[in-house]
Amino acid sequence: MDRLPLRARLATAMGGTAGRLSRMAGRGDGSVIGGKVGLWLEPDLLSMLAAGRQVVLVTGTNGKTTTTRLVTAGLGALGQAVASNAFGANMEEGLAAALGQAPNAPYAALEVDEKYLPRVLRATAPRVVVLLNLSRDQMDRAAEIWLLARQWRDALGAASGARVVANADDPLVAWAASSAPSVTWVSAGQRWREDSWCCPQCGSHLRRHGDDWRCGECSCARPRVSWVLDGGKVIDSAGRAHELDLALPGRANRANAVVALAVVDFFGVAVVQALPSLRKVISVAGRYTLVERRGRAVRLLLAKNPAGWLEAFDVLDPPPTPIVLAVNAQEPDGRDTSWLWDVDYRVLSGRRVFLTGERRLDLAVRLEADKIPFQLTGGIDEAVDLVEGRLDVLANYTAFQQIRATLGRVS
Amino acid sequence: MTGRLLRLIWVYPDLLSTYGDRGNLLVLERRAWLRGIATEAVSVNSDQPVPRDGGIYLMGGGEDLPQILAAQRLRADGGLAAAAASGAVIFAVCAGYQLLGTEFGGDEGQQLPGLGLLDIRSGRGERRGVGEILADVDPALGIPQLTGFENHQGITALGRRARPLSRTVRGVGNGDGTEGAYAGRILGTYLHGPVLVRNPALADLLLTWAVGPLTPVADQDEEWARRLREERLAAVAH
Repeated sequence: MDRLPLRARLATAMGGTAGRLSRMAGRGDGSVIGGKVGLWLEPDLLSMLAAGRQVVLVTGTNGKTTTTRLVTAGLGALGQAVASNAFGANMEEGLAAALGQAPNAPYAALEVDEKYLPRVLRATAPRVVVLLNLSRDQMDRAAEIWLLARQWRDALGAASGARVVANADDPLVAWAASSAPSVTWVSAGQRWREDSWCCPQCGSHLRRHGDDWRCGECSCARPRVSWVLDGGKVIDSAGRAHELDLALPGRANRANAVVALAVVDFFGVAVVQALPSLRKVISVAGRYTLVERRGRAVRLLLAKNPAGWLEAFDVLDPPPTPIVLAVNAQEPDGRDTSWLWDVDYRVLSGRRVFLTGERRLDLAVRLEADKIPFQLTGGIDEAVDLVEGRLDVLANYTAFQQIRATLGRVS
Repeated sequence: MTGRLLRLIWVYPDLLSTYGDRGNLLVLERRAWLRGIATEAVSVNSDQPVPRDGGIYLMGGGEDLPQILAAQRLRADGGLAAAAASGAVIFAVCAGYQLLGTEFGGDEGQQLPGLGLLDIRSGRGERRGVGEILADVDPALGIPQLTGFENHQGITALGRRARPLSRTVRGVGNGDGTEGAYAGRILGTYLHGPVLVRNPALADLLLTWAVGPLTPVADQDEEWARRLREERLAAVAH
């Protein structure tokens, strides 16, 4: 902290005060308002706070928060502090707040909103940039994902000091990353393919076989990978297989773990060193843990877009464990609920389905089209009262926050 | 018409499918099914020929480059134009709507040739129209107000051989107070939502064009769509 200019120190202190006031007022974890105040006082605060640290940036449509958490856990093996925006405040103010709260941490694992990557890249001069995946998400705000990929590509081509760790199985991501001078390619899989049927380079229909893809008309093709998610195992860059055995459920989280292992390997943490810490992660910002509520065990899952819902369906308890689907369309969720039509709900047959959230009627019409029976409820507790034993809850962003507030904050 | 299979052709979902375009297909399938009309849904990717014998063709939204590519391929293929000439129903949303016209705006502001199936010309507007949209439909079509969600930067001018589908009460639409266009059995709109989910009467209009008069749908099968529609109309009124 002492190496910071006076104004940056003042900005950080004022931001910290604002954050504490916000927390005391019960308005969230306070990192956004704290960072806002700090950045208003010192516009270069983020680059000042990042200077001299080993920074890892994590971006992509889905899996940012979990991957950031797993990278933080893996870096823990180095025995030094890691600054991180663990609660997902992933724009500049959230990043500044996270760094300001851990002034002496030599490492930083930061998740970054997809749209902000070029700016944050310039401000933080990271050692590693992680690109997870790109798919349709809040299109009323972000517009076009191909445009986003092109912005990443331009920014990464100009960032010579950063090693990029990228998912080779996502054609848009692979194309964006291929401008970078140094890339570690990971086969992290891609379940949602509706946004990558076309070559990012020339637009032609891609030829796809399993995880492999190549353009029939230009040279664009899946790069050779050095890290692989193979079922429940990771195959490292030396070709050794290790059982992942995570506490976190689902294929998507295993993919996130493989990416995190490739990142910490870059900092000298071997897979066998990192894995025990990754396995201890049981919950990420309130997701995945079982919460007791009126004698039932409730598990919260957060997913915000069709690709996320597809992966979330994969981690549900088997039928007949009932499920609550909760959808809002507030500003942070995106105002457009059309994406609900891109999800296939037929996998939910054989269980009771409860619908809640401000846009539950959109869900009702959608499930009716898939001939899945459902029941409308006024809120999470109404659904809890209607079931016995376990209950899975899948919600999008603000619906998740509302349910979390009802159930009490869990970490 | 009963006893014959209604083929629903989804044109180029690999290029022209953004938020929820599948919903329009699912609603047509469901509302046909409720009337005992057998359907077959066919997805035709951009590396496949477009069949000429479909009953209803659907085209969705898309980003700039896929839209340009779709225009090139559809012009070279000729299947959609042949289907239109033989009286098929074509229903297109957003980028698909623009493609039906004589020209549309490319990724760098250049004007590009469309399919020329509808007498409209589109270009790029000053700013993006994003949000809930509400529009009064041409009375000749006999269907209630349209509700939907728009997200586009296009402006569209109608020629003499196309009629506006509706007049906007709220939202941007074509950019001149009208929204969408139709001529014969070809109809296009900027409305996502997906639009047929929120406007079952528009789905029925397309089905009627394809197979003739429809039997009514039982109240309980309309309930959720009706409630969603009422909720959206009330939300926009505020």
